[in-house]
Amino acid sequence: MVSKNSFYGPLDPAPDAGYPDAPPRMGFFTDTSVCIGCKACEVACKEWNAVPDDGFNLLGQSYDNTGGLTANSWRHVAFIEQPVAGGGHGTDVPGAFAGVPAGPPVSPHTAVVAAGTARDGGTAPGVPPAVDVFAAAATTAEPQFLGMPGRDLPGRTPDAPRSDFRWLMMSNVCKHCTHAGCLDVCPTGALFRTEYGTVVVQEDICNGCGYCIPACPYGVIDQRKDDGRAWKCTMCYDRIGDGLTPACAKACPTQSIQYGELEELRGRARHRVEKLHEQGVTEARLYGHDPEDGVGGDGAFFLLLDEPEVYGLPPDPIVPTRDLPKMWKRAGLAGLAMAAAVVVSFLGGRS
Amino acid sequence: MAEAHPVGFQYVVEAKNRGAKVIHVDPRFTRTSALAHSYVPMRAGADIAFLGGVINYILGNEKDFREYVVAYTNASTIVSEDFQDTEDLDGLFSGYDPETGAYHQGSWAYEGQQEDDSVRDHVESHIDRETASGLEQESHGPPVPADVPRDPTLQHPRCVYQVLKRHYARYTPEVVERVCGVPQDKFLEVCEAWTSNSGRERTTALVYSVGWTQHSVGVQYIRTGAIIQLLLGNMGRPGGGVMALRGHASIQGSTDIPTLFNLLPGYLPMPHHEKHATFQQWVDSIRHPAQKGFWADAEAYAVSLLKAYWGDAATRENNWGYDLLPRLTGDHGTYQQVLSMIDGKIKGYFLLGQNPAVGSAHGRAQRLGMANLDWLVVRDLFMIESATFWKDGPEIATGEIVPEQCRTEVFFMPAASHAEKEGTFTQTQRLLQWREKALDPPGDCRSELWFFTRLGQLMREKLAGSTLPRDRALLDLTWDYSGDDGEEVLREINGYDVATGAPVPNFTALKADGSTACGCWIYSGVFKDGVNQAARRKPGSEQNWVAGEWGWAWPSDRRTLYNRASADPEGRPWSERKKYVWWDAGAGEWTGYDVPDFERNKAPGYRPPEGASGVEAIAGDDAFIMQGDGKGWLYAPSGLIDGPMPTHYEPVESPVRNPLYTQQSNPTRKVYERPDNPTNPSPPERHGEVFPYVFSTSRLTEHHTAGGMSRQLAYLSELQPEMFVEVSPELAAERGLEHLGWAHVVTARAAIEARVLVTDRLTPLRVDGRVIHQIWMPYHWGSSGLVTGDSANDLLGITLDPNVLIQESKVGTCDIQPGRRPVGPALLDLVRAYRDRAGLSPDRHTPLLTEDEQA
Repeated sequence: MVSKNSFYGPLDPAPDAGYPDAPPRMGFFTDTSVCIGCKACEVACKEWNAVPDDGFNLLGQSYDNTGGLTANSWRHVAFIEQPVAGGGHGTDVPGAFAGVPAGPPVSPHTAVVAAGTARDGGTAPGVPPAVDVFAAAATTAEPQFLGMPGRDLPGRTPDAPRSDFRWLMMSNVCKHCTHAGCLDVCPTGALFRTEYGTVVVQEDICNGCGYCIPACPYGVIDQRKDDGRAWKCTMCYDRIGDGLTPACAKACPTQSIQYGELEELRGRARHRVEKLHEQGVTEARLYGHDPEDGVGGDGAFFLLLDEPEVYGLPPDPIVPTRDLPKMWKRAGLAGLAMAAAVVVSFLGGRS
Repeated sequence: MAEAHPVGFQYVVEAKNRGAKVIHVDPRFTRTSALAHSYVPMRAGADIAFLGGVINYILGNEKDFREYVVAYTNASTIVSEDFQDTEDLDGLFSGYDPETGAYHQGSWAYEGQQEDDSVRDHVESHIDRETASGLEQESHGPPVPADVPRDPTLQHPRCVYQVLKRHYARYTPEVVERVCGVPQDKFLEVCEAWTSNSGRERTTALVYSVGWTQHSVGVQYIRTGAIIQLLLGNMGRPGGGVMALRGHASIQGSTDIPTLFNLLPGYLPMPHHEKHATFQQWVDSIRHPAQKGFWADAEAYAVSLLKAYWGDAATRENNWGYDLLPRLTGDHGTYQQVLSMIDGKIKGYFLLGQNPAVGSAHGRAQRLGMANLDWLVVRDLFMIESATFWKDGPEIATGEIVPEQCRTEVFFMPAASHAEKEGTFTQTQRLLQWREKALDPPGDCRSELWFFTRLGQLMREKLAGSTLPRDRALLDLTWDYSGDDGEEVLREINGYDVATGAPVPNFTALKADGSTACGCWIYSGVFKDGVNQAARRKPGSEQNWVAGEWGWAWPSDRRTLYNRASADPEGRPWSERKKYVWWDAGAGEWTGYDVPDFERNKAPGYRPPEGASGVEAIAGDDAFIMQGDGKGWLYAPSGLIDGPMPTHYEPVESPVRNPLYTQQSNPTRKVYERPDNPTNPSPPERHGEVFPYVFSTSRLTEHHTAGGMSRQLAYLSELQPEMFVEVSPELAAERGLEHLGWAHVVTARAAIEARVLVTDRLTPLRVDGRVIHQIWMPYHWGSSGLVTGDSANDLLGITLDPNVLIQESKVGTCDIQPGRRPVGPALLDLVRAYRDRAGLSPDRHTPLLTEDEQA
């Protein structure tokens, strides 16, 4: 069943995985421009999938106390507070604090923490977040922030008073990649491709080897501390088979999370971006929609209002198996060369 | 709205996607602001100055919907020449009595009505304040006669329009900026957006959440909004209105069929022992003989209610059992109750779905009160703080409550949740929606219906054979409920013919002769034709856009109240775009998309005959059919305890001297002057600098009110796991507060601790030439549950709005300092030290009437 693009490039994954009469590929389109940060998706996901809580820890990353996608949080709403402005079309509020006696924004360090771009340390909550220096640079003005904790009290930097503001919110989730690194490296077959093109872990087969963890270019899949088994979003495999909408999309009050046939969602998303551009929201862009990208396009893609890094997403994710054919080719060549050398050595011995 | 009502906010998002402009006015930048086109920061507690500025903008620029205003409001009515405004009396209206701290309202009356019988009812407005009865017939309006002098040209210097114009003339954009801290260009942006989206072709809805009511001038906040909506023609029309987003499911229902001390079902007043000594006095106080409107039939509603209560024992001879009804003797509101508990005057208490140990103002008083009872019954889903305060409240550490010695015997009764019982919810549109029971409650959990049916049965068994008169009310009750059939109760609420048991179709079928019984007259029709109308579930796609076949709305299934106003005086729609209800001359009836809120066959040209009263006196263009004069009130000639027009008073605790008047705060507010209820000093009193910051509290999306339903759930607790306080970077710098560090917040009542969130979402404001810092806290935490923390409501004192006795809990003053608060008795010492510095000796209280500037 291995085809030309089985490891890289555009592909319809379900037929490639051996479903000859696969139903249409299903996916999520998460439109962050209408997300209100209510976290209903996080709660609905946990309720339906009986996912345990992720610990009670105040993280100080704006209103995000989940920290990231983990084995125990399959949806994660990021909150990013930015002293910036775009066109002022309802996705940012230029002049939000104009005319009031406000000082400069919070210090670079707190800005980064508040930007939600810090990475959580995994399933052990409370691990100090690692600061993403590039995100820091993106969210604050000069001077460049080098990742050192700020020593100044917030508000004491002699910057210009803040005026513009926006508060970005985004519900993150497993991308259900066309080329899923986690699935490709799984030695037990616990991870499998469903007929809907999604990627699911079978908890009764997973042996906790953990290979999948570094294989995910998004840092999504994660192990539980107890027995090390891996867990992540299933796109509610046990709902969609019955024609039901996944729990997160069902609970979303503003249709920020939309579920449906991936092709149809891609069209809808293009339309939405066009409409936002017409309304002046020129910063609107899609992420993970492109079958030509490093993972062959995501089954769960996003409409963002800033660079992916600002939301803690990798700008250019690449499936680790991209180079597999090349590696095999090289390994084969090496083998052939070895064999040739052996042959040559025997031949040489005779001469 | 996105914070506390995310499900409702989907419609704002939908409107935005269709091109609507969203403006958010709030002291802090919230999840709602995040999706708004424009954000307007403002000082908490200055709303009347802001909205008064909008009124001034409307009147000054003649932006009002003039035809609507002349036809349907009291703008043209002439006010008595005795009336004097706050603008003349430096913050007081005419009639203020310093002895009672209340107004004689005679001078506020319409021309020629100062001595009218109907006005006399409200002469003793300090008694109305005690019993929250100034406004008790909510949609009724207090008494005014049917015919009053008017000037339709609106030129008479004493017509309401001109009175209003003079009253708000000083509320200019400059003054709004000075009082509220709102930059002028932002304020004008709001004015422009609101007025340009109102009129013949367009309407604007005003949506608020109930934090707006929790001020010492809370009723007047809503009034100011209503005045704007009337001036712009946004009442009784599709897409208009003033909508309260309630804090719980069915809070509307719990005032319609009230859990309030001052009301009976359908806004009939609870009788007062002095004012309503006889049945006739009681009924007349509701219907006001000689007045216009549907309240004229109040006797039928009252008799039918008493028949529902006491059945055969309610006869004409015993005035339908009127003497079995309890009487008010004064203030029996929730705050008076808790203070009476502290004083040992109340011995037993039922708490149902309420967690006052965390959710009510002055948490310490709440807990000390409940710790001084003989018995306390708590019915809730979880073991909330109000059931456990005696062993884990903050007063244990300070030694004020000793668990071994606490005398209160607490009975905890586990309650069924909404999915485990059937019944109706009534939402803000007055829509009743029936819910089925999904599953049986677990263990010993039971529904309210089950509990109270059996409680009543047991009490009647205990009292059986008693000959004491005081036991008659209970023994004569019709108490034949099965205890598990919600529709049985809904049938009684609908009302029925006593002889046949057949449901009545409508409240107009109710009789004053004892032949009908009805549990709540405004709900009459919900069981029309013997069908549970609240259970109707016809999808919106299968009916018109008003969706009249989904659920059932009171009264008489009208989705928009006063919708006669959606047509012009001649009965024609104001515009094709806003067509809703209109007069069909051919058929001789009112028709439209909704049930007309008007007599079906009364023509627009109908004029009442001389001397008519009641329903007959409603003219064909009197759209506001429940009002005594048939008009929407821009000016309230009586009934409101704190004045006929909203005027800006500072919150009771404010760092700002009232920039508009000598009078600092509402001079009629309800106060409880006790050593255990101190108020932080505000100017012109001295030492206000001890509490230099403004604080406000509200809800997070992730938790529900006092946390009883959310702090017990891991999936919600993990999302907001800890009590925190939000401060601006500027305040953090001023006080040395660190992000994620600890801080404690102090008032004259309490000190609480919280983790600090330093955020750009808060900002200082420039108010009256000074920089004012505001801090914000959620109020969800308490001492029990999966996540615990100090309760923000402990910071508050008890000062109430005079009209409805709701507490001022959305604004106060405080200090904030880095670090955790002390524990044990040292905590009391800290708070005492603050009181000493603020000059708050136990007998020191802020006078109602502001004294002249102190040196």
